Amino acid sequence: MQHVAIADQTDELHDPQTFITKYVWSQDHKVIAIQYGSTAIFVGLVALVLSGLMRLQLGFPDTFDFIDPSAYLQFVTMHGMIMVIYLLTALLLGGFGNYLIPLMIGARDMVFPYLNMLSFWFYLLSVIVLLASFFVPGGPTGAGWTLYPPQAILPGTPGYDWGIILMLASLAIFIIAFTMGGLNYVTTVLQARTTGMTLMRMPLTIWGIFTATVLGLLAFPALLVSAIMMMLDKVIGTSFFMPALVSLGETLDYTGGSPVLFQHLFWFFGHPEVYIVALPAFGMVSDVLATHARKNIFGYRMMVWAIVGIGGLSFIVWAHHMYVSGMHPAFGFFFATTTLIIAVPTAIKVYNWVLTLWQGNIHLRVPMLFAIGFIFTFIHGGLTGLFLGNVVIDLPLSDTYFVVAHFHMVMGVSPIMVLFAALYHWYPLMTGRMFNETLGKLHFWFTFLGTYAIYLPMHYLGFLGVPRRYFAMGTTDFIPESAQSLNASITISALIVGAAQMLFLVNVIWSLRNGAKAGHNPWGATSLEWQTPDVPPHHGNWGDKLPQVYRWAYDYSVPGAKEDFIPQNHPVTEQEQTGGDHEEGNS
Amino acid sequence: MNIFRTLGQKPWLEDANPALPLNTVPEVDTNAAASIVLRFIMAIVSVLFFLFIITFLSRSQYPDFQALAGQPWQPFTDASRLWLNTGFLACASLAMQFGLRGARLTRINHAVIGICAAAFFSVLFLLAQLDLWQHLQAMGFYVNSNPANSYFYVLTALHGLHLMGGLIVLSNVAFRVWYDEAPEALAAPLKLCTTYWHFLLGVWLVLFALLTSTPETINALAAMCGF
Repeated sequence: MQHVAIADQTDELHDPQTFITKYVWSQDHKVIAIQYGSTAIFVGLVALVLSGLMRLQLGFPDTFDFIDPSAYLQFVTMHGMIMVIYLLTALLLGGFGNYLIPLMIGARDMVFPYLNMLSFWFYLLSVIVLLASFFVPGGPTGAGWTLYPPQAILPGTPGYDWGIILMLASLAIFIIAFTMGGLNYVTTVLQARTTGMTLMRMPLTIWGIFTATVLGLLAFPALLVSAIMMMLDKVIGTSFFMPALVSLGETLDYTGGSPVLFQHLFWFFGHPEVYIVALPAFGMVSDVLATHARKNIFGYRMMVWAIVGIGGLSFIVWAHHMYVSGMHPAFGFFFATTTLIIAVPTAIKVYNWVLTLWQGNIHLRVPMLFAIGFIFTFIHGGLTGLFLGNVVIDLPLSDTYFVVAHFHMVMGVSPIMVLFAALYHWYPLMTGRMFNETLGKLHFWFTFLGTYAIYLPMHYLGFLGVPRRYFAMGTTDFIPESAQSLNASITISALIVGAAQMLFLVNVIWSLRNGAKAGHNPWGATSLEWQTPDVPPHHGNWGDKLPQVYRWAYDYSVPGAKEDFIPQNHPVTEQEQTGGDHEEGNS
Repeated sequence: MNIFRTLGQKPWLEDANPALPLNTVPEVDTNAAASIVLRFIMAIVSVLFFLFIITFLSRSQYPDFQALAGQPWQPFTDASRLWLNTGFLACASLAMQFGLRGARLTRINHAVIGICAAAFFSVLFLLAQLDLWQHLQAMGFYVNSNPANSYFYVLTALHGLHLMGGLIVLSNVAFRVWYDEAPEALAAPLKLCTTYWHFLLGVWLVLFALLTSTPETINALAAMCGF
């Protein structure tokens, strides 16, 4: 049977005819990507405001009447969940995955565009359900982003009634959305690559997104299982996780479930989730670094192996989040060991990024600044992760601000640095306009220095023993008064960094109309997305004919070449054939 | 495709990777794409049920857990109703296979009979499961009165939902072929549906074995898992 590429079929739904089908019920991967991205950034801004409110309370306690202990816990919970799931996962995979996969592999669209559209609308529904919890009786859940039972569904915890139900429902809807999108991403990568685009010629961005998607498809069921079981515990009184207990003087009907079982399920999802966020970021930063250093990525094969290796290992480290919950010492030893092992491929990637910069022709443009900033923040966050991966160090530090500092450096700031690098890098492709360089650089320095002003002191607070999750420190003897001064300075830094993000929004909106025309391939990049006949690419991406790929995505500064980059769709010349191995010390 | 050979390629050496052809297809093969999706769906569903089963075994080691088989008063000590339901699902699976064979041989009548029979037995299975729920409720085995009961209801409900999803896809396949008047295009999607039905039968057999296990068997399995 003769098959026609789905994007080439004259399917009336897929071919946008009206404003509605073009921009609302769109099946074009680029529009869906922007829908995903806009929604994620919007909800991320909500979470940013929540973090500002938390910091106001911590920096200046007893000052703001509208922040009571319940509200504080609700801010913590919603901030964490929104940032991890609804911003980072959605923006990296739903946003960049959607935009870049077809363009980078030379496809016209996702393999299943209708499913792709449904994925966004389910995502939007999950966000609406989540945000609706702000308006129900009792407000959103304040159980902490890990939603540990039994307290998550018991009176005394904010939002124990409606809030937690909406949170669990929203997560279930998000997982459905992710699964629909994820199936599209993996199938498109495996099936819709253009001629010549072998797996090992794919840019590392696609490797990162592909592997992260596979992780997500296999890890999110754990969250779904725990959400279903907790929902049943809450709504119809089953005892999957709920132990026999007395609450507020009343003996409840629960008969002896296991809260630790929930923790295992949650972290069996939760740790791969770290890499669901990190791997696309690893891939994108690799491409940004290579492009702006005008140098091929160092150790391409090793980078691919590291991505795949990290993906596999991420499923056997989950219980390092649970040392304080108690476990057999042998398990503690096992999970500490696997945690240290996963640092090996991660460190390989860091070395390779640094070695890519080594003797490169580095252009310190805004995307590059953010990419280099990421290397700094990721090394800092990663090193403290090595400390916390060891049981004996984790136990005293686990409930302190040291952990807050660690995971914000490694999982908050680092992916967000990459997100900004990627947004600035691909902005000209998405809009056809250049952004304002000065505003971008200001945005970078405020963000980069500001995050250090926030999180470096937090490590120190952690060493002092300042506990996390507390609404107020009170008059705890072992915490010196100077800790409060530090908290105030952190709050001021956080507010400045938060406000500085407006520079980005202003830049994005202003440049849409007033930015200089980007033209074709303003960065001189080699990968396929920059080789489209139109900028921004039109529906179908490639005009009449799909591109053909002749080389890998990192032919920068090839000796003897006319320019310092050779796009993937340029045939190999005779001179190159006879010139032998012109690059890579790693051949 | 040998994954290790693929991962061992050196893409920076041009002569090691001739430009064309490179095991890629110029046009998207929708059937191959659907096949990949199905494999991933089966992997995801397997993980889902695997995790439920692991939690079942873990939860079974708590004192309040009372297995649904083993003692005369337990409902699945006599599993004849479950066997009957299993028979319905097995018939659905066989009917799908029969329909697939008809589609492959372009005997469209056989294909239609197979699809209709599969849909009939699948719906019968779902109704029988629903009847079993009511039977258990009538016996006092409520969803929240014991964790074993809870698992029974949750696992059967989830399995049933997956079967209902399959029925929706199957009806979509059948009607699209009907409207497109392209019976020769039926075999490929029907093959995927058949695979899914066999897979759901396999999942059900595992659940059946688990839910009708005696406490001794469950304890042995839990011990093997380290619980």
